[in-house]
Amino acid sequence: MASIYDYPSQIRRDILRMVHKPQSGHPGGSMGCTEFFTALYFDVLHHNPSAFTMDGRGEDLFFLSNGHISPVLYSTLARSGYFPVSELSTFRLINTRLQGHPTTHDGLPGVRIASGSLGQGLSVAVGAAQAKKLNGDSHLVYTLHGDGELQEGQIWEAAMYAGAKKVDNLIATVDANGQQIDGSTDEVLPMGDLGAKFAAFGWDVMHLEHGNDLDAVRAALREAGTRTGHGKPVVIIMKTAMGHGVDFMAGTHKWHGVAPNDDELARALAQCPETLGDY
Amino acid sequence: MHPYTNQGSQDTRSGFGAGLLELGRSNPHVVALCADLTGSLKMDAFAKEFPERFFQTGIAEAHMMGMAAGLTIGGWIPFTGTFANFSTGRVYDQIRQSIAYSDKNVKICASHAGLTLGEDGATHQILEDIGLMKMLPGMTVVVTADYNQTKAATIALADHHGPVYLRFGRPKVANFTPADKPFIIGKADVLLEGSDVTIAATGHLVWEALEAANTLAAQGISAEVINFATIKPFDTEALLKSVHKTGRVVTAEEHQRHGGLGDLVAQTLGMHRPAPIEMVAVNDSFGESGTPAQLMDKYGLNAAAIVEAALKVRNR
Ligand SMILES: Cc1ncc(C[n+]2csc(CCOP(=O)(O)OP(=O)(O)O)c2C)c(N)n1
Ligand SMILES: [Mg+2]
Repeated sequence: MASIYDYPSQIRRDILRMVHKPQSGHPGGSMGCTEFFTALYFDVLHHNPSAFTMDGRGEDLFFLSNGHISPVLYSTLARSGYFPVSELSTFRLINTRLQGHPTTHDGLPGVRIASGSLGQGLSVAVGAAQAKKLNGDSHLVYTLHGDGELQEGQIWEAAMYAGAKKVDNLIATVDANGQQIDGSTDEVLPMGDLGAKFAAFGWDVMHLEHGNDLDAVRAALREAGTRTGHGKPVVIIMKTAMGHGVDFMAGTHKWHGVAPNDDELARALAQCPETLGDY
Repeated sequence: MHPYTNQGSQDTRSGFGAGLLELGRSNPHVVALCADLTGSLKMDAFAKEFPERFFQTGIAEAHMMGMAAGLTIGGWIPFTGTFANFSTGRVYDQIRQSIAYSDKNVKICASHAGLTLGEDGATHQILEDIGLMKMLPGMTVVVTADYNQTKAATIALADHHGPVYLRFGRPKVANFTPADKPFIIGKADVLLEGSDVTIAATGHLVWEALEAANTLAAQGISAEVINFATIKPFDTEALLKSVHKTGRVVTAEEHQRHGGLGDLVAQTLGMHRPAPIEMVAVNDSFGESGTPAQLMDKYGLNAAAIVEAALKVRNR
C-alpha cells in the first residue's frame, strides 16, 4: 500500500513530465496545489473512482474552476484510479482525452464540467450543491479557484448567492499563491483582504497558512467538513507557493504557463523522487 | 385564403409560463431559475406552486447559467428565464463552456426577443441571438410563433436531452396553431401549400407570412408558408421539397439578416439547390424605441414587407 506521503512527489514528477513532452501547459499552479489534491483525493473525498457517473449521486464532488492547472488534476485522477496512469503521456497531444483544459467532451472519467475560461466553476458548484440538497444527498461539493481568478465578477455573483441562500454543503478553496500571469496579484490588481470579502458575502472563512504542508491541508479540509451544514458556505484561503517542490520554479509567476526544457526537467526531477513509479 | 384563425391574441411568453407550470406538475425533475424577471417571463405560477424547485438568482445571469449547468449534475432539468439579450450575448462564454461544451441539459428560455419588446429600445431588443446560439456546437435553437406553439415547445424540451435555446417574445400576437399539436424538435410545419413562392418564416413573422399569403393569393400568386420553429437542427428536407415546387424563397424573421434564418436558408439552397431568395429581416442595424407595430413597420418586418419581397423574388 502506498502511503499518502508518497503522492506529492510522484504527482510533481507527473506534472513536470506531462508539460515537458508537448512543451506546453501550466506547471506552476499545479505544483503549488499538489498537497491540496493529494489531501482531497486520497484522504477527504468520498468518491467512487472505479464507477464514475456524471450525476455523482451518493458521493462528494470536486470542480476545478481554474482549469489551467489540469496537469495536477489529471495526475491525481489517474493515480486515484479514474483512468490508466499511462494515459498521462497523452496530455495536450492530438486525439487525447487529456485536453489542455479539462472537458467532459471526450468522456474522461472524473471530470464533470469544462473549465479554462476562468470564473465559472463556483456557479456550477453552487448548482450541483443545490442539486444535492434537492436529492437529499448529504455529500459535499468542493471547488478550487486561483486567486487571480477571483478578479472575475461571476465569482462574486456566485459568492453572493451561496452566502445569501445558505448553500452550506459547499467548500471552496482559493489557491492564494499571490501570482497570476502578468506578475504578482498585488502588481496586477490588489484584492485586499480576501477573507473579509468572503465573510462580507456571508461565508464561513478559514485561513490555511501552509498549503504545501500535506498534514495541514488534510486538517483544514477535515475541519471545513465539520463546519458545513451550519447555514454558511465554507471557504479556505490557502496560502501556497506557485511551483512548490522545485527550488528554481518556486514562488514566481514565471512558471505559471511555461514548460521546462530538457535540462530543467532533469534538474527538477532530481528534486522529486520517484515514489510510486513513473507512467 | 389561409385556413387559420386567430383564437385570441396572446403573448408567447405566457405560453412559456403555461408550459412550464404544466411541466412542474408532470415532470418532477424540472427546476427553474430566474434573474429578477419572474413576472416578465411568466414564471411566477411555477415559482408559487413549486418554491423548492424555483431558484431566484438575483440579477446575476452569468451565475444563473453556471448554476443551471451544476443542477444538471444530479439529474435535474433546469429551465433558465430572462430576456433574450441577457440569455445570450450577456452570458455567451458561460453558455459556451459550462453548458454547450460541457453538454449540459439546460433549457435557456428567452423572452422579449427582437424589436417587438418595443419602448425599452435597442439595449433590450436583441436581434443577434439566433445567430449567436445557432453557432454553438450541439445547441438546439427553437423560435416559436404563437402562444400554443410556445407552450407545446416548452413541454417538449423536457424530454429532449441536451442544451436548447428557446426564443419567444413580449407582445400579444395572433394565436393560431392548434392547442393540442405536439411540438416536434427539428420538424418544420408546412402551414399552407402553394406553388409560386416559398415563404420560410419563424417566430412572430409566421402569422405575418400567412397574412401575406392572403394578399398574394388575391393577386393570383400561390405562396407556400412554412413555419421553421426549429432553426437548429434545420429541416433541410422541408425546405428543399418546397423549393423544388416553387423555385424561389422569401425568408422572414425578427432578427438580423446576418446570422438568422435567412442566412441558413441561403446556405442550404446554395449547397443543395441554388434558387433566388429575398430576406425580410433587420439589415445590419440596432432597433429603437416605439410601439411594436411601429417598429415592425419602420424596419420592414410585416406582411406588407413579405408581399413586397415575394413580388421581387418572383421577378428574378
Ligand atoms: C476568462 C479568462 N480570462 C483570462 C484567462 C487567461 N488566464 C489563464 S490563467 C490566468 C491567470 C490566473 O491566475 P490565478 O487564478 O491566480 O492562477 P495561477 O496563475 O496562480 O495558477 C489567466 C489570466 C482565462 N483562462 N480565462
Ligand atoms: Mg494565483
